[in-house]
Amino acid sequence: MWIYEKKLQYPVRVSKCDPRMAKFLIEQYGGADGELAAALRYLNQRYSIPDKVIGLLTDIGTEEFAHLEMIATMVYKLTKDATVEQLEEAGLGAHYANHDRALFYNNAAGVPWTAAYIQAKGDPIADLYEDIAAEEKARATYQWLIDMTDDPDLKDGLKFLREREIVHSLRFREAVELLKEEQERKKFF
Amino acid sequence: MHSQTRVYYPYVSPFDPCPPMRVKTYVVPPNLFIQFQPPGLPQFSAPEALRHGVLWPALYSPYEGRDRKGRERK
Repeated sequence: MWIYEKKLQYPVRVSKCDPRMAKFLIEQYGGADGELAAALRYLNQRYSIPDKVIGLLTDIGTEEFAHLEMIATMVYKLTKDATVEQLEEAGLGAHYANHDRALFYNNAAGVPWTAAYIQAKGDPIADLYEDIAAEEKARATYQWLIDMTDDPDLKDGLKFLREREIVHSLRFREAVELLKEEQERKKFF
Repeated sequence: MHSQTRVYYPYVSPFDPCPPMRVKTYVVPPNLFIQFQPPGLPQFSAPEALRHGVLWPALYSPYEGRDRKGRERK
């Protein structure tokens, strides 16, 4: 169960008309290390992990959906007023043919999102290490996206998102530490 | 050496359809506890090392599998 707040986690401003950037940003929308994959990965893993880290997965998985909205807003702002000609020039001709200006869960190369991007091994350590790796890959992706734009407002939003990946990675590593702790003697029922 | 198995007791609802598994276990292998392997760790003999798949007892992680009731084998 969720409660929805009708605002973004962090304000999204885009000041440069640059539909080309939308094509690259979509990597964080429907890519392997994007926000959709992150949210679904964490929320799905909650069921088969020790109780003391379920809450963390709920919180971070939920925040990833908030990030997904921010990316969607960036892409939407960059494409909503683009002419067909501009979209073609931005490398989005194939996207227009398939989707008009609708957003779609695909990566920067147009490959549609697939559940094969996420993992649920059932082993708590393996799953948390997967999550740590995913956060580092998302951080790297944000760095490459920041490299590709000179719009200070867009960069501001991307820098916020990049920092959140760093925090999440640490939280997952703390979760591993919690699971490593020696507990009371094993009891069999 | 400390145990490589951890135990937790998942929430059990009074409305669960199947008999509850009250104890769940997972493995914390020794690599989790070694940031960077120090030099000079004790070593197995060569034949022992071959059987264990590793030269150093500190890195050895036995796993005997779970039985069909979900418990770890001794």
